[in-house]
Amino acid sequence: MPHKIVNKNQLSENVYRIEVEAANIASARKPGQFVIVGISTEYSERIPLTIAGADADKGTITLIFQAVGKSTAEMANLEVGDSIDNIVGPLGQPTHIEKFGTVVCVGGGIGNAPLLPIAKGLKEAGNKIISIIGARTKELIILEDEFKAISDELTVVTDDGSYGRKALVTEPLKEVCSRGEKPALAVAIGPTPMMKFCCLTTKEFDVPTVVSLNTIMIDGTGMCGGCRVEVGGETKFVCVDGPEFDGHKVNFDLMMKRMNAYKDLEQEALDKYKEHRCKIGLDK
Amino acid sequence: SERLKIPPQEMPAQEPDVRKNNVEEVALGYTEEEARLEAMRCIQCKNAPCVEGCPVRINIKDFVGAIADGDDQKAMEIIQQNQLLAAVCGRVCPQEIQCQAKCTVGLRYKDPTMAVSIGRLERFVADKFLDNDMTPKIAPETGKKVAVVGSGPGGIVVAGECRRAGHDVTIFEAFHKPGGVMVYGIPEFRLPKALVQKEIDKLIKMGVKLECNFLVGRTRTVKQLMNEDGFQAVYIGVGAGLPKFMNIEGEQLVGVYSANEYLTRANLMKAYDFGKGADTPIARSKKVAVFGGGNVAMDSARTALRLGAEEVYLIYRRSEAEMPARIEEIHHAKEEGVKFLILQNPKRILGDDKARVRAVECLRYELGEPDDSGRRRPVPIEGSEFEIEVDTAIVAIGNGANPLLQQTTPGLKFNKWGNIEVDDNCKTSIEGVYAGGDIVLGAATVILAMGQGRIAAQSINEYLKSG
Ligand SMILES: Cc1cc2nc3c(=O)[nH]c(=O)nc-3n(C[C@H](O)[C@H](O)[C@H](O)COP(=O)(O)OP(=O)(O)OC[C@H]3O[C@@H](n4cnc5c(N)ncnc54)[C@H](O)[C@@H]3O)c2cc1C
Ligand SMILES: Cc1cc2nc3c(=O)[nH]c(=O)nc-3n(C[C@H](O)[C@H](O)[C@H](O)COP(=O)(O)OP(=O)(O)OC[C@H]3O[C@@H](n4cnc5c(N)ncnc54)[C@H](O)[C@@H]3O)c2cc1C
Ligand code: SF4
Ligand code: SF4
Ligand code: FES
Ligand SMILES: [Mg+2]
Repeated sequence: MPHKIVNKNQLSENVYRIEVEAANIASARKPGQFVIVGISTEYSERIPLTIAGADADKGTITLIFQAVGKSTAEMANLEVGDSIDNIVGPLGQPTHIEKFGTVVCVGGGIGNAPLLPIAKGLKEAGNKIISIIGARTKELIILEDEFKAISDELTVVTDDGSYGRKALVTEPLKEVCSRGEKPALAVAIGPTPMMKFCCLTTKEFDVPTVVSLNTIMIDGTGMCGGCRVEVGGETKFVCVDGPEFDGHKVNFDLMMKRMNAYKDLEQEALDKYKEHRCKIGLDK
Repeated sequence: SERLKIPPQEMPAQEPDVRKNNVEEVALGYTEEEARLEAMRCIQCKNAPCVEGCPVRINIKDFVGAIADGDDQKAMEIIQQNQLLAAVCGRVCPQEIQCQAKCTVGLRYKDPTMAVSIGRLERFVADKFLDNDMTPKIAPETGKKVAVVGSGPGGIVVAGECRRAGHDVTIFEAFHKPGGVMVYGIPEFRLPKALVQKEIDKLIKMGVKLECNFLVGRTRTVKQLMNEDGFQAVYIGVGAGLPKFMNIEGEQLVGVYSANEYLTRANLMKAYDFGKGADTPIARSKKVAVFGGGNVAMDSARTALRLGAEEVYLIYRRSEAEMPARIEEIHHAKEEGVKFLILQNPKRILGDDKARVRAVECLRYELGEPDDSGRRRPVPIEGSEFEIEVDTAIVAIGNGANPLLQQTTPGLKFNKWGNIEVDDNCKTSIEGVYAGGDIVLGAATVILAMGQGRIAAQSINEYLKSG
């Protein structure tokens, strides 16, 4: 059944938010879960995207994605009224939400999108939320207002200092961890190197840290093993055992290498797609 | 007799050098003439032992007889009494260990390849009537709802049989396309996807509803389907979707695939058309090692060739006689140039500085005493390590049971391997819930899944009569 896009807006350069019909998923999903999207049935690849929000009454879910390659670029070119052929979910284990006390939520770039529903859930469970959100530059900071609304404290950082503090997220994270009252939990979601360094930071302070991994997936149901990562020396499937894991146990270096498995082919696909769109005069 | 003098009719096939460069079907099917001759080789045994060898007990003697008489229509009708997926099973059944293993002609020559080619004849008839509309009659609507979880061969049979009984049937499939392993696993060159789609179309025409992208256990649970969505009976046919790895060093390297991943990328996602429309990438391999000796390993090796690999090694721990793959697949793989490295087994996979596969380190084996399965146990020869340079490794050593339903269906009983426990009627520990196929049997075959589907459908139809 096709899923109609009922809302679309652009959050920053290359980052889009769409609201799309998916009634079953809207009522079943919990924070931390994701869907797998296939734009059209015959040839599209299957790409995982976190459920950034849902409206069970309307029967819609919200996806926030960054156009980084062929499939996400194609998705970015869909407009309200267009449809996505395939969306399956909700997939993965929901976030374990309970009252921990103080939780520091660290989001980098597009990672703010998956982080938001988790932070919201943690807030609703009675936790004090300290949020740190960052991006390379001002234009790429997304969901600041949404985070402001649910955080007891919010720090915004940019790599280039064009907005908020000029710092990497690990700097304020370290400060929060060094305070007298140490946070009970950290949640870090963003680019893999960012998560790696957040985990190195929190480890020094013994602050348990949850990360949400974004390995390459196909089925998302545990059938292929393509999403496997090494956690605490054991092989785990991110799509069914995760996507959240104890960040102090994840072998990030190996994971990053696996995520680069198809770099050349992905570039090829993107180039071809752009060339094609130029030819038919669709490029914006 | 005259009949015994007719030589076995070979199956026309694409030439190995041609076919390894395309994904079209390898075996081309009998001509009318060949089918007639092959059917005449059947000596119409009084007790027809072949039927015993067929898990769904097709009346082989009579359908083969009908072909010999030139009445293919009648042959089709006979097959259809027991078999909904003749075009599929005629192609993929391991006939040589089932119906054909019992065939008197083969036994007389003490050579299974001399048996009547029952599978090929079944395929011949099925293909001939593929486009005929033989939609079965549907009983009056009962208003009762049946959920079929998984659209593999078992699920297809259950959906068809329960719909025929007048029930309102919905198939729930996790993938975006229906057909189970027949579409995501078994490659196009062995089983054209269009054939499977035709069977699905038939179901839709009968009024079966199909919901793809629906992962039972996550989108809705079995309990929700029954308690909230009004399904009185559920058939679980989710297959054996959990890839086994070898737990050796280097399995996390880039370029190591499970066969499931490799075949899903290639088949379901059509990675062979990457750059020509399809978006899903797959390794552009030059040298590939496949670990295993079953159908899945053969399919992986032959797929790798078709994706452009120059060398494909099939590495198997036992000897060729022990390979579980169908004889025809082994034969085809060899013809196409797959190199068989038997009595060898990978010890670890070696990578380069980018964590990409560079080589496999193998150990040589010799055959020792028979083990529990009666096969001689392979024993490693100490110090026999050697390296084979490859850039891709495909682990094809089998599948276990996917734990999702176990985690999300309280009250459903599983055995220690994670397979669902059922009684002789395919009934599970939950009232109204039935199961069959690979999730019950462990990784098995299309025809066994269909056989269980038939039993389950009968039980469901019986249950709904009283319920
Ligand atoms: C659980 C999970 C949740 C995610 N949530 C979001 C989200 O909310 N928003 C968002 O923008 N992105 C999210 N991602 C990442 C997103 O799936 C990839 O950016 C997307 O697949 C890229 O596809 P592409 O064809 O546009 O780019 P490509 O150029 O094909 O790929 C760019 C990079 O994305 C990764 N990637 C490629 N294919 C896949 C794939 N099939 N599965 C996963 N990663 C892939 C690779 O590392 C690759 O180098 C998530 C990933 C996972 C695993
Ligand atoms: C590569 C390969 C080659 C093979 N070759 C042969 C051969 O030559 N001959 C032969 O007889 N057999 C062969 N087999 C085995 C045969 O395909 C299987 O035994 C058979 O398909 C099992 O059927 P099934 O009904 O159990 O369902 P499957 O075909 O396993 O299908 C199960 C379906 O359920 C779906 N599913 C899983 N979980 C859920 C869920 N929670 N909710 C909804 N849907 C779900 C899956 O996506 C899948 O589509 C081969 C298998 C493989 C992998
Ligand atoms: S279904 Fe399989 S086992 Fe039965 S007759 Fe046909 S080929 Fe033989
Ligand atoms: S056993 Fe062989 S020869 Fe005898 S009836 Fe069956 S197919 Fe014919
Ligand atoms: S994506 Fe296939 S097992 Fe996780
Ligand atoms: Mg892509």
